[in-house]
Parts: sequence; C-alpha cells; structure tokens
Amino acid sequence: MARIVVDPVTRIEGHLRIEAQVDAGMISDAWSSGTMFRGIELILRGRDPREAWIWAQRICGVCTMVHALASVNAVEDALGIEIPANAQLVRNIIAATQTIQDHVIHFYHLHALDWVDVVSSLKADPAKTSQLAQSISDWPLSSEKYFKGVQDRVKALVASKQLSLFGAGYWGHPAYHLPPEANLMAVAHYLEALQFQKQFIRIHAVLGGKNPHLQTFLVGGMATAMDPNEPGATINPERIDFLLEVAKSAQDFVNQVYIPDVLAVAAFYPDWFGRGEGLGNFMSYGGFPQGSIKDSANFFLPRGIILNRDLTTVHPVDTVNVSEYVSHSWYDYSSGDQSGKHPYDGETNPKYSGPKPPYEFLDVNEKYSWLKSPRYQDQPMEVGPLARLLIAYAAGQKDVQALVNAALAKLKAPATALFSTLGRIAARALETQLLAERLPGWVQQLGNNVAQGDVRIHNGEKWDPKSWPKSARGFGFFEAPRGSLGHWVEIEDAAIKNYQAVVPSTWNAGPRDARGQRGAYEAALLKTPVADPDRPLEILRTVHSFDPCLACAVHVVDAHGHAYARAHA
Amino acid sequence: MNSGTRAIPAALRARGVSRRDFVKFCSSMVATLALPPRYIGAVMKALNEANRPVLVWLEFQDCAGNSESMLRSSNPPVAEFVLDLLSWEYHEILMAGAGKQAEDALERVVREHAGEYIAVVEGAIPTADGGVYCTIGGKAAVDIAKHVCGSAAANIAVGACAWDGGLVRSNPNPTGALGLHEAVPGLRNLINLSGCPHNPANTAAVLVHYLTFHDLPALDQYNRPLFAYGDIIHDLCERRAHYDAGRFVEEWGDEGHRKGYCLYKMGCKGPEANYNCPTVRWNDGTSWPVKAGHGCIACASHRFWDTKSPFYKRLPSVPGFGVDVTADQIGWVATGAVAAAMVAQVAGNALRDRLRPKKAGDEADEPEDSRRA
Repeated sequence: MARIVVDPVTRIEGHLRIEAQVDAGMISDAWSSGTMFRGIELILRGRDPREAWIWAQRICGVCTMVHALASVNAVEDALGIEIPANAQLVRNIIAATQTIQDHVIHFYHLHALDWVDVVSSLKADPAKTSQLAQSISDWPLSSEKYFKGVQDRVKALVASKQLSLFGAGYWGHPAYHLPPEANLMAVAHYLEALQFQKQFIRIHAVLGGKNPHLQTFLVGGMATAMDPNEPGATINPERIDFLLEVAKSAQDFVNQVYIPDVLAVAAFYPDWFGRGEGLGNFMSYGGFPQGSIKDSANFFLPRGIILNRDLTTVHPVDTVNVSEYVSHSWYDYSSGDQSGKHPYDGETNPKYSGPKPPYEFLDVNEKYSWLKSPRYQDQPMEVGPLARLLIAYAAGQKDVQALVNAALAKLKAPATALFSTLGRIAARALETQLLAERLPGWVQQLGNNVAQGDVRIHNGEKWDPKSWPKSARGFGFFEAPRGSLGHWVEIEDAAIKNYQAVVPSTWNAGPRDARGQRGAYEAALLKTPVADPDRPLEILRTVHSFDPCLACAVHVVDAHGHAYARAHA
Repeated sequence: MNSGTRAIPAALRARGVSRRDFVKFCSSMVATLALPPRYIGAVMKALNEANRPVLVWLEFQDCAGNSESMLRSSNPPVAEFVLDLLSWEYHEILMAGAGKQAEDALERVVREHAGEYIAVVEGAIPTADGGVYCTIGGKAAVDIAKHVCGSAAANIAVGACAWDGGLVRSNPNPTGALGLHEAVPGLRNLINLSGCPHNPANTAAVLVHYLTFHDLPALDQYNRPLFAYGDIIHDLCERRAHYDAGRFVEEWGDEGHRKGYCLYKMGCKGPEANYNCPTVRWNDGTSWPVKAGHGCIACASHRFWDTKSPFYKRLPSVPGFGVDVTADQIGWVATGAVAAAMVAQVAGNALRDRLRPKKAGDEADEPEDSRRA
C-alpha cells in the first residue's frame, strides 16, 4: 500500500497534482488538486463589461479565445443584443480553428509521449517505418530517407547526452507497447504537428491579429470589418481565399496523419479501452450556433446530458441546475460548506487550510484543492470531446454515428469501449475530423456573404452604455475544446458587479463534493494498474486523456462584497 | 575562421537544412535585433559553435500563453530551438517527464550547470500568505524562483505577468502577485520581454543575441531590449497616414472601419504603446491586432491592465493633436506639420522616459485603479 504523488503533472496547462493510493499494483483511490490560484473574476469587478472579454481571455493562453467568446456571449445575453450572422460565422471559424489546433497539439505534444517511447525509435528500421506509414496513410512524408533523417536527429540528441524535453521520460517502461517503427513514425509526426499548428493558426492571425490572445471580439459582433472591394478590410475576397486554403490544410493533416495515428496507436493498447472509465455522466451545453444562439436545436454540436452510461436517453440541460461546492476546496461559504451555490449566487472567500509549503502530502480528508466542485443536479459530470460525441451519437446525429461506427469497426471495439481512456482520445480525434470538414463551409459562407455585399459585422445599437438598463445579468456559454464552459455576468450601473466562470477542467478536475462524490479525474483513475510506483505512467495516461487545463479551472468570485483577504504585497 | 561561417550547425545540416536557409535565418535575426548586417557572420559562427546551452522554462501564475506563443515561433521553428540550438531541459507544458522525474531534472540543471544556464520565467509570483497561491511539487513558486533564477547565467521574464505581475497583479491583486524582478530582487542578467503574450520573434532574437555575444542586447529602464520596445506603435502603424489625415473609424463596421482608417477614436492605445508589434507582427508575420481591425491595448506597457484600461475609452490627449480636429479643419499642410511635431514630442517623451535614471521603487508604484467603484 503506497501513496503516489505526481506533482507537477506535466504536459498540461497549469499546475495539477495527483495523489493516488495504490494497493496490489492498482489504484484504490485518487485525489486531484489544483495548486495555483489567481483570482481573475475578482479583478473583473467594477470594470466595463464591453472589455470583460479581454481580461477573461487571459484565464487561459492554451484554449485562448474560448473565454473571450463566452464573455461576449454573456454580456450580449444580459443586454439582449443579437449579433449579425457574419459575426457568428467569424466566431465559429475562430472557435473551430481553436478546437482543431488544440486537439492536434494535445494528441502529439501533450499526450503522445505517454504511448510513444522516443528512445525506442532509435531501434527502428527506416525502410520498415516507411512501409508502415504508407500502409496506413497516403501522407506524402513517408520515405525511408525521411524517417532516416528524423532518426538521425533523435540519435544526435541521445548521443549529446542532452535529451532536452525528452530527457526525463519513462523510456523503457514496460507499459510501452509500440514497435520501434511505430515509435519513429510518431516522433516524425510529433515534429510535423509542431509545424502544422503554427501554420494552421494563421487563421487566428488574420481574423484576430495574433494567437495566443486574439484581439478582435466585440460585444455586439466582431472587429473584423468586411468589404468586397477594400484591401484595408480585415475580411475581403483575397483574405477569404487565404483562409480557405489554410482551412483545407487541416483536412489533409487530420485525415492523413492524426486519425491514422490514433487508430494505429490505439490498436497496440486495447486494454485501455477498458480503463479510465470514470463517472459515466456526460454533459454538453452545445456549441457552434448555425443561426441564432438561442436556437440550440440548430447547433453543430448538440446540447444534452447522458446519465449512467445510458445512450438511449439524452436529457435536456438547464443551467439553473448548476451549482458549485467548496466542501473540499480552499474556500469558505458564508452559509456553510456543505451546500452548493448557483454561479449567480456564488461566493468565494479563499481560505487556504492545506499544509505549509514545502509539503509532502495533502490532507485529502479535509480541503485539498483550489478547484471547486461543480455539480449538475448534485451529480458530477464529465465534459469534453467524449461527452459531446456521445451526446451527438445518442441524439441520433447521422454524421457522428457514421464516423463513430466506422472507427469502432476498424478497432474491432464495441460502443461501450468509448467509456475509457482511449475512448476520450478517439472522440477527440473524430471531433477534430468533423470540425475540419465543417470549417471550410463556414469560410465559404462568409466569402459568399461579403461577395454579395453583406458586410454587417457589428450590432452597435447597445454599444453606448447609456442605452443599458440599470442592472442586467446574463449567461454565456461555449463548448471549449475541453468541454462545457459557462460565464455568468451581473451588470449594474454600466459596470461589472459580479462575474463567474465555471469551466471544463473544473468539472473534470475538481475535488470531492459534500457527499464525497469524486470528480471525473478521481473516478477515472480508480482500478488503474500501476506497474512501477516510481514511474506512474498509467496515471498520466488517464489524466492526460481529459486534456487538463488548470489555469482555467481555478477561479474566484465574490458576489456580495464579502471581505476578501487582501494581499500583503 | 572565415571558412567557419560557411558551415551550418551540424544538427541542422544532419537533417537537410540548407546553408541558404541558415543564412536567411541569421540575417532575419540580425535585422530584428537592429544590428548592422556585418554581424551576420558572427551570428552564424556562434550558432555553429554553440554547445547547446541548457535552458529551463518555469511557469508560475500563468495562463501558458507565453509557452504557446513560443510554440508559434517560426524563425527558427520551435523544434530547432528546443532540440538543436538549445537543450530545453525543463518546461512543464512540453517535457516528457512528470512529477519526481521532472523535479529531479530541474534540480540537476541547477546543480550541474550553475552559472551557465538560461532561466525563462512565465507568470506572476504570488507572495501573500506564505506563497500558498502557487505551489509546484509542494514548493512555493517564490522559493523555486529564488533557487533556480538565482543560479542562472541569464534570466528572461516573458510576458506581462513575469515582468510586472500583469493581470494577476491588477487591482485588487488578490494573491500578492509580483513580477520576477520584484519577487526575487537582485537577479543578474535579467531581461524583460513584455507583452501579452511575448512575441516569439523578439524572444528568438534575444536568445540568438545571447548565444552570439554571451550578453544581453541594449536595454531600456525596464530591462527590456530597445530593439523591440524602443519605438512607439503609433509611429510604426500602417494606419498612421489615416490618423495624420484625420480619417477615423467612428463606429465598428462603418465605412472607415472597412477602409482601414485609424482606430484612435475606438480607444486604440497605440500612441502610448512601445512595441515592435507592427513590424515583426505575429504568427509567421501574418498580422497584428490593429491590422485585424481592433485597437491596440498597449499590452507591452508597464502595468497596462490598470494603466491603459478602460480599453475602449479614447486617450484623452495625444500631445500636439486633438482628435476632434480633423484634416478638413486644419488643412492638409498643417496636418502634416502638426503630426510631425507630435511624432517628435512623443518620441521625445519615450526617449526621456528611457533615459530617466532608475529609482528604487519606480516600478512598485501602484497605478490608479481604473475600475469603477
């Protein structure tokens, strides 16, 4: 019986600590702790709601823009602003680009090294690697010479005894199962994906000026002026051509590299279709409106809830049922820590009660995280690509069903295999494929609109705060790459009175609630085998399958002006 | 070693990087650094001989936006930095090792490469309540920073948060967040690359400068490199001619917006912002915020979250030029003259600012809280 600590959990965004109890080579219990706190929502109070998105966007630099989008949605909801169709298209294009890029980076740069042994690639035969690559894809970079070049690069690294980022990996761990050739191919694609992500994200540069932290959202629309004839307009026919070309490049990379790689890697790890199962409850707010944001029936990714792995029923979502607990989080509630609070009524009085750093273990029977525990009707939920895919599948969305069934057939796995660590990886890849197929259509639609002279990009009726009611409140949402994101804003006298974000990784990485119900990471780690407690590769596999984003997950609000522990700076 | 400049680093050669590409890269670095072209040879020679110095990248109260920005580096691509030119031994978001193995890797660098390695810091450092607002491996961020940065040959603070505390330190600064130079005073060879995020083109140039000359480039009063922060965005802006001619965007999406007019009236902070954003641009030189249609928020300026917000409020008075005075009222000739005088004055302000002797506590000044109570 041993307590394992993984801190820092690397290859994620932010600061995450996992403690796990291992009995007879298997995890019997686990605790997830966010170890960093900033307090952005408190900083937002009193500021101009029109610029809240600029601040909120800095909640995260990895899934940059998702908080910007949720923020403008929330303020628009509060003020009753409808945005022009073109603005919604630009938002969809930006968000789809974000999701595609984020998923590719996650698989290759944050997750792959849990499955791919870099050092093993030295033993590969480049000729056989070439055969392997050509047997699973038409991707042109697949010659023997090409893989020999990649191998030489790894060789030079190893020979220098400075392995750089690859230095401290669990190389040679018995849980690595890929043959050397597959490892070499994956290392090559790791490097290619680095190139892809920075080329593809130029869509954000065109529409947002830069990535990370785009600078183009507006309450009421977008700052991307459109004109069929003006070279100075952000969106004109020439830019549409460029965007289309870049958008289509994602289809090539996703269909010819990402998807074949996921299927190839998964085939060597069939056990992981039965591990990392987790809660069995899944939620999605729905995303990518194809029309009004009020018309959730017309979203590209559907809204809904699945309970207890029952794919026969998709339950509706009403965010009035969302609440957050602090029973095991380093905060106090004025009404006691045993009941949850809806975000509109949320309060956050940070009160650290953990061990004084430096420390060895957390006291997991008490409070042990800077994350709160969000619940839906008091149930913990898993959010993210797997949740979205399952909900679309269960809701009968034909394109999703076809895609999922084809992938399952290739892997010779039943649908229940999706409730797993590998299921999350597969769902993320298939979602990327769906979005990469959809993206050029949105660009084309925008191009058609501008060509026909529809240049409406901003609704300025309520830009002037004098046009606002004395007080208002609204909810903004988005299905971010990692799952359901909600922002709640309360506006009074043209300033932010209260701001609250409940984000995907809070749902997934949060600690236990008042009833002791585990969060999604904690539940998914149960029964995971750990071959070598000093090198807990298996913990990384399941935790990484959620794509943790901890900076997002920790937040603060103080709805009622409670005294706040001011810094002693 | 004249013939040496003909070679290229073995690691690059081994994977087919041509001499032409290498020269192109070195030339672009020299240009970004605003060095005379005769330095191209020196840069090539140095990169060729560089023994892959060790770099560690620390993340504290961050959003990882600066790490992501580094991933977007196109010249050179990040893989070359990470694998071929430097040895990137610790970086939470990318490194293979986790937990104890990750912490051991960092400790080994501090032990075995003391006084030799480069430390990059991203994110603010919380100092309130014993540092409990950010711990890694059970250790407080401020203690890690002291330990690791204190033994580094050079420290690079990337992004607004690592420089001056950034957004995390904005009023009311709930966690006592500070920038690196305040949280760990007295660090040697400290350079601040402000911006939200930092522009990887500038960071690449600083690293190349360091590899070439074993020294930091010329710095301003905030320890920022002059090549990147010596100019005012307004002076470099491609919409500047519209400002001079009195052509402004009046409403989002109006005719002026579609024609690329000046965003000054929409709150653009370009006249008060120092950054080479308009020239180096972002993401392969594709664009920058003003080009994409939104005003500048002066994200590279000191304590910009508090000092430059509200972001949609028009700057009250740009020296020498009233916003409401249009070209029609002044006439074309006068406009040119006034604008020229304004440039001189703003440039003069910036220069004076830079030359102002450093005073203790200069940067600790709390800017006025821009929020509405």
